[in-house]
Amino acid sequence: MDKLDALESQSVYILREAYREFKSLVMLWSIGKDSTVLLWLARKAFFGHVPFPLVHIDTSYKIPEMIRYRDELALKFKLNMIVGQNTMALKEKRTFPDGTLDRINCCKALKTDALKNTLAGSWPRLRLNHQSAKYEVDTNTEPYTGVIVGARADEEGSRSKERYFSPRDRNSDWDVGDQPPELWNQFKTDFAPGTHIRIHPLLDWTELNIWEYIQRENIPITHLYFDQGNGKRYRSLGCYPCTMPVESHAQNVDDIVKELREGKFKNIAERSGRAQDKEDGGGLETLRKEGYM
Amino acid sequence: MASQRQQMNVVIVGHVDHGKSTLVGRLLADTGSLPEGKLEAVKAQCKRNAKPFEYAFLLDALKDEQAQGITIDTARSFFKSSKRDYIIIDAPGHIEFLKNMISGAARAEAALLVIDAHEGIKENSKRHGYMMRFLGIKNIAVCVNKMDLVNYDRAVFERIQADYVKFLKEIDLAPQAFIPIAAFCGDNMTGPSSRMPWYQGGSVLDVLDGFQKAAPLDQLPFRMPVQDIYKFTESGDDRRIVAGRVETGSVRTGDEVIFLPSGKKNRIKTVEYFNGPPRSGARAQESIGFTYDTEIYIRPGEVLCRYSQKLPHVSNKFRANVFWMGKQPLIKTKTYKLKIATQQVPVIVADIIHVLNAAELASSHKPHVDRHEVGEIIFETLKPIAFDTVNEIAPTGRFVLVDNYEIAGGGIILAPVFDSDSSLNQHIKKRDYGWERSQITPPLRAQKYGHKSALIIIAGKIDTGNQRIAKAMEEALFNLGKNVYFLGISNRLNLAASDSKDKTLGRYDALVQLGELAHLMTDAGLILITSITDIDQYDLGMLKKLNNPNRTLVIYVGQEERLALENIDLLLPENERSEAAVKKIVDLLVKAVVLDPEYEI
Repeated sequence: MDKLDALESQSVYILREAYREFKSLVMLWSIGKDSTVLLWLARKAFFGHVPFPLVHIDTSYKIPEMIRYRDELALKFKLNMIVGQNTMALKEKRTFPDGTLDRINCCKALKTDALKNTLAGSWPRLRLNHQSAKYEVDTNTEPYTGVIVGARADEEGSRSKERYFSPRDRNSDWDVGDQPPELWNQFKTDFAPGTHIRIHPLLDWTELNIWEYIQRENIPITHLYFDQGNGKRYRSLGCYPCTMPVESHAQNVDDIVKELREGKFKNIAERSGRAQDKEDGGGLETLRKEGYM
Repeated sequence: MASQRQQMNVVIVGHVDHGKSTLVGRLLADTGSLPEGKLEAVKAQCKRNAKPFEYAFLLDALKDEQAQGITIDTARSFFKSSKRDYIIIDAPGHIEFLKNMISGAARAEAALLVIDAHEGIKENSKRHGYMMRFLGIKNIAVCVNKMDLVNYDRAVFERIQADYVKFLKEIDLAPQAFIPIAAFCGDNMTGPSSRMPWYQGGSVLDVLDGFQKAAPLDQLPFRMPVQDIYKFTESGDDRRIVAGRVETGSVRTGDEVIFLPSGKKNRIKTVEYFNGPPRSGARAQESIGFTYDTEIYIRPGEVLCRYSQKLPHVSNKFRANVFWMGKQPLIKTKTYKLKIATQQVPVIVADIIHVLNAAELASSHKPHVDRHEVGEIIFETLKPIAFDTVNEIAPTGRFVLVDNYEIAGGGIILAPVFDSDSSLNQHIKKRDYGWERSQITPPLRAQKYGHKSALIIIAGKIDTGNQRIAKAMEEALFNLGKNVYFLGISNRLNLAASDSKDKTLGRYDALVQLGELAHLMTDAGLILITSITDIDQYDLGMLKKLNNPNRTLVIYVGQEERLALENIDLLLPENERSEAAVKKIVDLLVKAVVLDPEYEI
């Protein structure tokens, strides 16, 4: 069994544990390569099906191509697609691009708050109608108790300390100092009412593993990751005001794998293009403790 | 191809402040495994905050960790040698964070145990050594760190080595190497150190590369704990797939298999795997699915085995060593939730044989196991479970205990125990011993009431009409002037399961309550009717036992899937009309001499 087989097997095992144990389970899909691999792994785990909803938090500042790609794949894979948004902050122009918030607080408003309230069911959830290909307000407002997330340990320091099954309290807070033990593939699947569990099937994957797997499985991926014709490509996808493309001529998955293995990005961290990580020393840790993914 | 490179998980353990994170940080830096600019960035940050630079800061990423200068939780980092890829798990050494250390170490195939040359062997140097043995990690090297603080003195190194070897011998553990290092200065990390010419052995990197991967698990008997059974009919997929991960061994289509503990046999029809070439078999470590020749009813938690091979033990009692991490101590006679492979069942601590302090190796006798202690314990489950001993097949020989939502203990099974004196029997014996009997005997009551007492269980799947029939039955007997009472326990069971802290334990508690209640009411001469869903022969056995010596009658509505026919007194078709059902049940009651034959409806 090679490395990718072993990673796949472990992720599939985690997904099946989650599906058995959580009645109200969702998967977060950011449209990026990691959560798209996660989506693919769900199809592996459930033999071509995805038996739970996918949630996307639309900050309205996503690169438009991402939204197009999301809906295309959602229709093709027959996904139960749910979209959440902080419509209030957008209406009141409380965002970084509007110049009223700094980056960290913008992430908090458009991503963390939107996510918390979408998961809790306290803000409207929009659900894709496969007949009309339009989004409609979902009647289900039950809180989701299991949330599958595509975080990887190699991305950033606080993520390297995560569990596969990681509890969050009522306020989505993460108690990093007191995490549950996790041994022999026995995970924390018991939780008190009002709390929820984040599930991280991709914890052991590196950025290179992700691309090698996309290559092996031929997973459809948005072409924003490839050279946009100007010698630049996105290495990591987010909101366009805060995510910078990198200089690269990689035109396809093979080129990217090569670039990561022996090329210029061999030793450069993936999130180096994300501005919010650099604010406040432990920017992402602060965000993540409060519920950011 | 790079993805074919071997990967190994290595955990770094040892007492707090002995330099584990420094060792990892240095290893990452010296093998060029850090992202570009990371080292400089951390150095610059230290300078800004007027703090001396530490390699540990490369790993101790949490703010609290940097502020306190300790590792709180395990971090994973990645590095490559020329031989293979490593995932390094840096575990905390502080006793407070022992459960984090265990979480990290349980994933490891190899361990580096770090001891401070200046401070010498400390409590957690020993405790962590013991835990490596407990977790079954075979590849172990001891790094005697901070040799710079003892002037690279060979005598200091050799004294620590001698003392620690003596300790390890007591727990039957033999490390592959002892390496004198100064992680901060880089001595013996990736190459020989000129400051310790007296040391002829390999560097940390050499020793890591010298570790052997464990033999593949394919050669062991086949075990696949069933994770789930899928049938995605609404998506137009009619396959009924039993899914799980093959823990050990291998299997091929056509092989005769058996599910344990249920003992149901079948034959593998197809191997199911999404987006890959068709397969005719599956091997250890693969997450896979199977379809079968005949459709049978099984539940997640069963262990799929090959009939021709050595089968796991099926028993409701076993002896195990448990490492306890709970905030509350583990207590004799208390019920916990046991999770072993994919089985989840209530388990009772039947006996605590002895308790061990893992650092001092001192054993004691007491009725509880405190946090961070190891207990040798006899466990008893209500229903038999399938398991192996940890020495036979580790993945099905290890378990965790859940207490109050939390995984509170890890255990390894030493041996099955076979005896008949279950805790339920003991409970009943105790109950009956303390029961003061009145002058009115059961025959006197029966004479007065015109019927004997009985517990009537009307079982069946949800929506088969069992509850409707139970109520009709109550009404019919009531109208005949019988002392009858209906108790809709199914709802209570579900409620107990969802309300209670734990659905497995909640259901169990509710069943025991029902049994006790039934015993009380039948002792008072009543006919108690209850409808119940999703019951199996063990639940039923328990109810009957608790209701003894009074009569229990079982009526099953619908197609029987989970109960053996010999457990059922009357089988009714699904959605049987109430009048017809009542007639048949009255006949049964007459036959069972609960009612006199002259009573007609």
